[in-house]
Amino acid sequence: MSLSSKAPFDPATVRDDFPILSQSINGHPLAYLDNAASTQKPRVVIETMNRFYAEAYSNIHRGVHALSQQATELYDGSREVIAQFFGTNDSREIVFVRGTTEGINLIAQSFVRPQAGAGSCVLLTEMEHHANIVPWQILREQVGLDLAICPVSDEGDVDLSEWKRLLVEKKPLLASFVHVSNALGTINPAKEMIAAARKAGVPVLLDAAQSTPHFPINVAELDPDFLVMSGHKLFGPTGIGVLYGKYGHLSVMPPYQGGGDMIQKVTFEKTRFKAPPERFEAGTPHIAGAIGLAAAVRYLQSLDREAALDHENRLRAAAEEGLGGISGLRLIGRARHRASVVPFILENAHPHDIGTFLDQKGIAIRSGHHCAQPLMRRLGLPGTARASFTFYNTMEEVERLVDEVTRIERFFR
Amino acid sequence: MSDMEDLYQEIILDHNKRPRNFRLLEHPTHHAEGNNPMCGDEIEVYARVEDGRLAELSFQGQGCAISRASASLLTEQLTGKTVEEAHAAVADVLDLMRDADRTVDFMNDGEIAALTGVRKFPARIKCATLAWHALEAALNGEEAISTEG
Repeated sequence: MSLSSKAPFDPATVRDDFPILSQSINGHPLAYLDNAASTQKPRVVIETMNRFYAEAYSNIHRGVHALSQQATELYDGSREVIAQFFGTNDSREIVFVRGTTEGINLIAQSFVRPQAGAGSCVLLTEMEHHANIVPWQILREQVGLDLAICPVSDEGDVDLSEWKRLLVEKKPLLASFVHVSNALGTINPAKEMIAAARKAGVPVLLDAAQSTPHFPINVAELDPDFLVMSGHKLFGPTGIGVLYGKYGHLSVMPPYQGGGDMIQKVTFEKTRFKAPPERFEAGTPHIAGAIGLAAAVRYLQSLDREAALDHENRLRAAAEEGLGGISGLRLIGRARHRASVVPFILENAHPHDIGTFLDQKGIAIRSGHHCAQPLMRRLGLPGTARASFTFYNTMEEVERLVDEVTRIERFFR
Repeated sequence: MSDMEDLYQEIILDHNKRPRNFRLLEHPTHHAEGNNPMCGDEIEVYARVEDGRLAELSFQGQGCAISRASASLLTEQLTGKTVEEAHAAVADVLDLMRDADRTVDFMNDGEIAALTGVRKFPARIKCATLAWHALEAALNGEEAISTEG
């Protein structure tokens, strides 16, 4: 328990930090329950980015003029903030990318591809997001790499004994898995799964896109080789994300994209590349995005995150209880440990119809396969309706959701 | 009538709950699968064409109330029509669903007009037209269509 000088967490006041939440949709106050898809931005993030564009904007790294130096400082400073946030002292281990998806593609092409060939494989799980499936399939097309898939139980838990067995038997070049499933809410035992991989001598990529919004992630403690996340899921802007990589790996990896800013010297005959992280940041980056992401991180660090997580868990429990009481409704994903993501189906109404009805009452949820078609097929579902909560949601919003889904069930009965 | 009530009026709810011709055909001459990956609608349309007429129509698959009702209404409306009439009907229904200015006429347009409520919910137009696209594909000898790409 940390000695915190932070103010006690108050869901009502924290909501005021998010300007978008005070609007009405179809005549009803917005209940934004689609946080697993993307999160809203606090005023400080919006204003930081606007102020940057209004007062300090310039291209970074190559200018001798004042604005360029200022912008460079802000950009590099953002990298430091984010390195600290993830628990590394070495900011060279933080590569700015567009998001989780680009980060995984980078690892596929720059880390795995140079080692891969027919007979080699990558280990995934059945519950992965398409971002952690398709890049490997592309690699399969390119070099003949296999995909080994660790099964998932009906409740949504990874089969740990299978995970351990596949690590040893298949000797994958990389084990890549999702920390928190956006489709099920499952929190995977990342520390244990990573330790098992380390024991088997298999490097690990952790998809932390859905976990970083809920609880602190410390790479020193979890010890993945690589980690990926998306800024827009962490109350930051779109178009920015982070790939964390142990410097020992990054320093020997070839570039992912070529262009300006990642080079030391260019001639037509030969070009010398920079060291990481710049080696993997070709072209002018999303400077404002990185600065915005750092602002989002600082905002989160100003909150009592433990109390915020408690609040999220209370919302989840209330939603599960309320929805679970509706006849003809089935809650999907009952893993041992779950984040505040609540997927469900109704016997008599398709998720798309549920979503449309809820939208009419100002309640935003998501319907569909949630970029996890193989998982949906594994569970025998065309898709689900998914309500996902974060710390700025309220009990009242949960009650509105449950009331309206009750009405919907009756309408379609 | 509110927009929502428009969209989900009795005809649609009825066809969703008790879809007509919801079965496999024994000996289909034409078949195609329609896919709406955005929301998870998957409809298979089967036709048995005899002497230039759609002697039998059926469908299978899973999807939202709008897509199911639309497929059900399609099988009712087009059974017995000639292939040319079916093509014309498909074109007409696609136009009907998309053209917000076209007045709806249950007498001429048939029960499918019940679905014109989708005009106010653009995200759902693809649900309403899915089965019709699939039938068109089937009659043209194509195996599958998708509303995305």
